[in-house]
Amino acid sequence: MRRIESAEITEQVKTMCIQANTELGKDVVDKLEDALKKETSPVGCDVISQIIENADIARDETLPMCQDTGFAVFLVELGSNVEIVNGSLENAIQEGVRAGYREGYLRKSICDPLSRENTGDNTPAVIHVKLIEGDKLKIVFAPKGGGSENMSRIAMLKPADGLTGIKDFVIETVERAGANPCPPIIVGVGVGGTFEKSAILAKEALLRPVGSKNPNPRWAETEEDLLKRINALGIGPMGLGGRTTALAVHINTHPCHIASLPVAVNIQCHAARHKEVVL
Amino acid sequence: MSNVIKLKTPLQVSDIEALRIGDIVHITGTVYTARDAAHKRMIDTIDRGETPPFDVKGQVIYYVGPTPPKPGKVIGSAGPTTSYRMDPYTPRLLDLGLRATIGKGQRGKDVIEAMKEFKGVYLVAVGGAAALISKRIKEAEIIAYEDLGPEAIRRIYVEDFPAIVANDILGEDLFSQGKEKYKTQIPR
Repeated sequence: MRRIESAEITEQVKTMCIQANTELGKDVVDKLEDALKKETSPVGCDVISQIIENADIARDETLPMCQDTGFAVFLVELGSNVEIVNGSLENAIQEGVRAGYREGYLRKSICDPLSRENTGDNTPAVIHVKLIEGDKLKIVFAPKGGGSENMSRIAMLKPADGLTGIKDFVIETVERAGANPCPPIIVGVGVGGTFEKSAILAKEALLRPVGSKNPNPRWAETEEDLLKRINALGIGPMGLGGRTTALAVHINTHPCHIASLPVAVNIQCHAARHKEVVL
Repeated sequence: MSNVIKLKTPLQVSDIEALRIGDIVHITGTVYTARDAAHKRMIDTIDRGETPPFDVKGQVIYYVGPTPPKPGKVIGSAGPTTSYRMDPYTPRLLDLGLRATIGKGQRGKDVIEAMKEFKGVYLVAVGGAAALISKRIKEAEIIAYEDLGPEAIRRIYVEDFPAIVANDILGEDLFSQGKEKYKTQIPR
């Protein structure tokens, strides 16, 4: 058994909370720079330039790139030969969030669903754990803003709806979202599995490097076709009109029940933040 | 890119009459911050016949809930939040003389109509450009509802705050017109 101290997990999580919120990934910045070259709307270009400049300021001054520093979401892969000592994995992560959001001067955005009373420390985080072989612990942190999460949708399609049904649902979701999720967006699509599995697939799809292709050529082609159709909607940067509505469409899939065709669309704003650590 | 139009707050009707959708503006002066909970409280106060925390006449409201300021800074990151959630309250405030709102995302029909009737404009700031905007905020002071934390009402002083005119006093809407202009048809 390999032992990992819970305090080490807390420390790493704290650091990731601050870094993810202040350092936009190079994959996203590169895509924004490409988009700036292709955008034909003057207002759209102004918006994209501001987003790029904002990312530079955030990185240089360790300032959150967006005031919505998000819901703390974790995707964890825990090797079966790992033993967490002096505390639980759950508590170690929650404690890391508490410390990171406090010490990083990040906004605390989590509240009771009805009373709307703020929990005050941005916990509880949502933690998805996968048990895998080996002696490593991988933690991915993805803070998720409210504006784009609010525009996400799920549908239990009929198998007869097929690929056309999937595409129509994705496009309809992006069109309904319009300006609200802060385009240019990244569209994460989960196809298959069960109701909840499709949503997790969509979330995982958002964590792929921006613009990476699905390894299956058929799905890769669907990603490309959807991106083209979404950018033909005209919504544009911040919804003010233009050719850059999405930077990428990522589809992740899983086999499903013979009676089902679940499709989940998780929308991500341009502040596509995530960090990972392997212990 | 269009020329930048400089605006100084408080705003007179004459300052915004000439603004048209798609214009890029830089705002300098005092602006008030308020979002969901602060709007609800302000309207409740007005409904009771009491005085709201500030007189909205000629003023600008910015929809924002900033991050906490680091030591020595006046404010944290401060990008716009989605405006439609404030739609139920905005026509009332425009009727009382509010001249401009700043946020992100499209406004509802009632708000667009109210801007036409009472002469107001809606300005869009870039969602997520929170660090950049933070640098343009030179002073910030909580003036009401401190218990609401990020949602408290702040009086801020901004210099060259960048925004885009999305709705003007003619009732034009950049969101729908912009989308129509850049839309292309792709056969299925």
